[in-house]
Amino acid sequence: MAKRNLFDPNPSGVIEHDHNNDGIDRRGFLKCMAWAGTGALCVIQGGVLKSHALASHMGSQMKSHKLGELSFVQISDSHMGFNKPANPDVIATLKAAVDKINALPEQPEFLLHTGDISHLSKPEEFDNVDQILKATNKQIFFVPGEHDVLNDDGAMFRERYAKNSKGQGWYSFDKNGVHFIGLVNVMNLKAGGLGTLGSEQLEWLEDDVKHLKSSTPIVVFAHIPLWTVYPQWGWGTEDSTQALSYLKKFGSVTVLNGHIHQTMQKVEGNVTFHTAFSTAFPQPAPGKAEGPGPMKVPAEQLRSVLGITDVNYVQGRHALAVVDSSLA
Amino acid sequence: MRRKLFFGGLVVALPLALAAVILHPTRAKSDDTKASPAEVRVDNFSFGPDTLTVPANSTVTWVNKDDVPHVIASNDGLFKSKALDTDDKYSYTFAKAGTYSYYCSIHPKMVGKVVVQ
Ligand SMILES: [Cu+2]
Repeated sequence: MAKRNLFDPNPSGVIEHDHNNDGIDRRGFLKCMAWAGTGALCVIQGGVLKSHALASHMGSQMKSHKLGELSFVQISDSHMGFNKPANPDVIATLKAAVDKINALPEQPEFLLHTGDISHLSKPEEFDNVDQILKATNKQIFFVPGEHDVLNDDGAMFRERYAKNSKGQGWYSFDKNGVHFIGLVNVMNLKAGGLGTLGSEQLEWLEDDVKHLKSSTPIVVFAHIPLWTVYPQWGWGTEDSTQALSYLKKFGSVTVLNGHIHQTMQKVEGNVTFHTAFSTAFPQPAPGKAEGPGPMKVPAEQLRSVLGITDVNYVQGRHALAVVDSSLA
Repeated sequence: MRRKLFFGGLVVALPLALAAVILHPTRAKSDDTKASPAEVRVDNFSFGPDTLTVPANSTVTWVNKDDVPHVIASNDGLFKSKALDTDDKYSYTFAKAGTYSYYCSIHPKMVGKVVVQ
């Protein structure tokens, strides 16, 4: 515990400027949003969201190697096959994401893809993504988005990306002392409802984490946000509260989601929630349009609202550092 | 309150108009005239009309005018379309009188009704 203080500028996990008492540092959040178009990034450290200029961050903090450090990249919502005005060339932007990954000064050990790999669940769309991501030379862990399970309840997805998974495609694995849990919340959705995990998956999750020490850092990744971002647009998961109740004993839980095609952060106790950029097209901020569909921005601005997420774990730190960077 | 926000286009129309000038949602540029009585337009993540009343033995056709796919599924499993891409259509014939609730099985906040008389 005492040691943690050496690394962690704010070990209590207290949020500064939290005027609404909801765990969101609005000042920091707005700063990140404002910079999102100019290659800026947001970092969550010790439960506090911080913004750093890309260059100075990459130059200093990122290079401080620590034993047990783990670096991985999250990409999301590549929507291969989409060809509407919001992005007529999703192949080019996915390739730009790969270039971005390959240019990272700290090479990630593996990638997470948080779903909507394809736009219409077509084999050739999955083939295209596989072909493009091959250039990263990294192992990739996938969870499905609703676009990946359109006509077969996810059979093709599991055959391609989750062969050894349980149930409808959920699984867990360990890397460098961090426990990763891939969840599926895009199937068996009920009329009027949100994303759903279902009782079979919840039981599995409870059992999966039972034997773990509370000091084990946990990373949960799933397509639809596991926190209620905007229920009017379906941006949330019905039974996520129950899932998170099984993770209460852990000191550090990082939840990584996609689906909403924009970056968002929230810290709640020991849980850090984060949503990633899409590599295909942006979607409007909650409630800022008639619906949550693809948003057209001027062509020269498109790559500033698409991107990747770099995640770093340093042993001794309270929370993982989550860094968004745009493709611009 | 929240439901109203979701269904009431007017409630969100004002913030939309005030939204940043450079950012605007993609709108389907459709030259279609008004939907025929037995047609439901799927547009901007909603069904239009969200309640459609037809006589028995009517065939109802859903047409997707969005940039993303939707799936038409009855709540009780009576009918379900394949994924409908932009401009794809799906039809179902309602033989008996009754109220048939349906939704989009991948965007379950989208709900609608067909009332067969
Ligand atoms: Cu839908």
